[in-house]
Amino acid sequence: MANVQGGDSFTANLNKVYGMYTGGFIAFIILMAILSAMGVPNVIIGYMFVGFTILIYAVIGIMSRTMQVGEYYVAGRRVPAIYNGMATGADWMSGASFVGMAGTLYLLGYNGLAFVLGWTGGYVLVAILVAPFLRKFGAYTVPDFLSARYGGNIARFAGIVVLFSCSFTYVVAQIFATGIISARFLGLDFTVAVYVGLAGILVCSMLGGMRAVTWTQVAQYIVLIIAYLIPAIWMSTVMTGVPIPQLMYGQALQGIISLEQAQGIVVGHTSTFVSGGYDALNYFLLILCLMVGTASLPHILMRYFTTPSVREARASVAWSLLFIFILYFTAPAYAAFAKWTMLELVQSGLTPDNIADKAAWMMNWAQADGALVRICGAAAVSAEAIASACSAQGIENIGFANIALNADMIVLATPEMAGMPYVISGMVAAGGLAAALSTADGLLLAIANALSHDIYYKMIDPNAPTSRRLIVSRVLLVVVAIAAAYVASTRPADILAMVSWAFSLAAAGLFPALVLGVWWKRTNGPGAVAGIVAGFGICLYYLLGTRYGAVGFHETWGWLGTATVEQVARFDELKAAWTAATGEAKEAAWVALDAHAQTIASWWGVKNLSAAAFGLPVGFGVMILVSLLTKAPSKEMQDFIDELRVPGGKTMMEEKTT
Amino acid sequence: MSTSNRAKHWEKTRGLMFVMLGLWVFFGFVIHMFVNVLNNIVILGFPLGFYMAAQGSLIAFVIMLFVFARKQNAIDEEYGVAED
Repeated sequence: MANVQGGDSFTANLNKVYGMYTGGFIAFIILMAILSAMGVPNVIIGYMFVGFTILIYAVIGIMSRTMQVGEYYVAGRRVPAIYNGMATGADWMSGASFVGMAGTLYLLGYNGLAFVLGWTGGYVLVAILVAPFLRKFGAYTVPDFLSARYGGNIARFAGIVVLFSCSFTYVVAQIFATGIISARFLGLDFTVAVYVGLAGILVCSMLGGMRAVTWTQVAQYIVLIIAYLIPAIWMSTVMTGVPIPQLMYGQALQGIISLEQAQGIVVGHTSTFVSGGYDALNYFLLILCLMVGTASLPHILMRYFTTPSVREARASVAWSLLFIFILYFTAPAYAAFAKWTMLELVQSGLTPDNIADKAAWMMNWAQADGALVRICGAAAVSAEAIASACSAQGIENIGFANIALNADMIVLATPEMAGMPYVISGMVAAGGLAAALSTADGLLLAIANALSHDIYYKMIDPNAPTSRRLIVSRVLLVVVAIAAAYVASTRPADILAMVSWAFSLAAAGLFPALVLGVWWKRTNGPGAVAGIVAGFGICLYYLLGTRYGAVGFHETWGWLGTATVEQVARFDELKAAWTAATGEAKEAAWVALDAHAQTIASWWGVKNLSAAAFGLPVGFGVMILVSLLTKAPSKEMQDFIDELRVPGGKTMMEEKTT
Repeated sequence: MSTSNRAKHWEKTRGLMFVMLGLWVFFGFVIHMFVNVLNNIVILGFPLGFYMAAQGSLIAFVIMLFVFARKQNAIDEEYGVAED
């Protein structure tokens, strides 16, 4: 880049700066361990971990403040491939990946690996089909590309709707996760904790836009990966004597298999296509939807707008996947060691009398939130509570199946489960927070940029001066962030369940338009818009229909479902009961009917998580059909696509930056 | 760069894309369809079918992407359409 700007000395010294930072973080962990050993209370250690890491992010955020449009939207396109890879890793790995992934694998065993495969394999599609071409085009946002390729604001607007619907619920979940972690480790009230998290997010993104988010995400990646690896290495060393968990958990798997046999557990950790309702069809469809969704999520794609060249964009996808892989190939090891520990605990003879000695941590967590640990069907708040719940069921020895752990607590509780010192818990909390904050930053920026760049600048006021554009961007960023924090503070159970829908919505809404836009010249504007509307529409219909209108969905589409005769009979029975009921009983009858309907409402038994299984073929089909039925794209557009396909030459869309 | 050069460049690019897509289908889906057969082979305690989903395919994806970046770059240079 010809014009040297302030901050170039920073980009030139990246290795040194981040090397020192990593060393500093490790020194900080050691310092905390020493303080802890000297008797400093756990609460203080927790505060210092969270406070120190957020302070660092804030410093980076403030140092990266900018008033230049190119810096704000695409970090000046100067982020080297490897650092963009790290930033993408942090952008990608959400609070849910960090906190929930190993827990899901713990609960689902083999079937949970659909998430591991889906969330990594998608990057192959990103690299070969989409990202390098978007970089060549030189857009600031994904809707920008749709507008240029499909000639106009209708395609742009369709893109914004998809972007907003898949990003907003996602960002709410991230802020929720920061709230949960801050509440648990800092002892703050949940609502207060949500707004503390919000402050942490804004300080990273508001002043410096993409530039600040990029450099804080790199810092956050380093914190989260260290925090994830250390407990796994610890467990591996303690249990097998070798500090390479990814290699040694084969031993844990064998331990699990033999203990499962000894305890008569039929559906084991390595059983395929059984647990969690994932038959083979749903297993593979989920992998497909997650992969295609990955290749369509705007907050991921826009990271590749920041590399200096198309070549670097490609290399950067490879680096991203490598950095993501480091966490995702550790997660199954984490899960296996945790499960092995639990099975051994049960094998050693666990009763309500000795549980307080053997596993006091369960009671601590249950006291924090009764839903996290349930034994014999009741919240495991104390030995007495466990004893009464178990004796009511006639259980003397607590079996593995009697202990229900929440997926989200497994990673956070593992340090205690395996008897590690509190310092490790504090570090894991800082890691979880880094994961949630970094993803929230990326998502917020994607939403706010679409609103400010695409709606305000491109659609409302194309003559707006730079300074006003940047102010509008920042105001919108804060508004979206506060709206998301407010929604999160209401603890919306539904929104959290909807997060996993983001992948299907993004896949069905954006993937066909992005891929065909590059790979099939004949795609035209009307085709693209019709395809987006149809694919996204059918996906949304399936998601909402099977979740919120299950009774009606089953009645309309029962002939396409896979409900057994008994299930249908049960449905009719409940329906009759609801029709007959009056007053308050009517409501209860409806709840029962709706709950049952949700288990059977489907097309061919496809889970609603995989709604893109319908949205994708419909989206592609409609897009191709309508394109063929309408006029071919102009000569200019054909040339535009030819230009898009070669890396050389200038970026195609140079933005007015002053 | 001439038009025919561009056409050839795109032909090769597309060929590489299909090869990569084929590998993606194989490691993402096909191999996991044989999980129960592969699980009969146990290496270092890992049932092979389980291992492929937990690590094997992931390693393949990472290697594929680094190879892809190199190959595509070579294609770009061969036809003179790479960046300077």
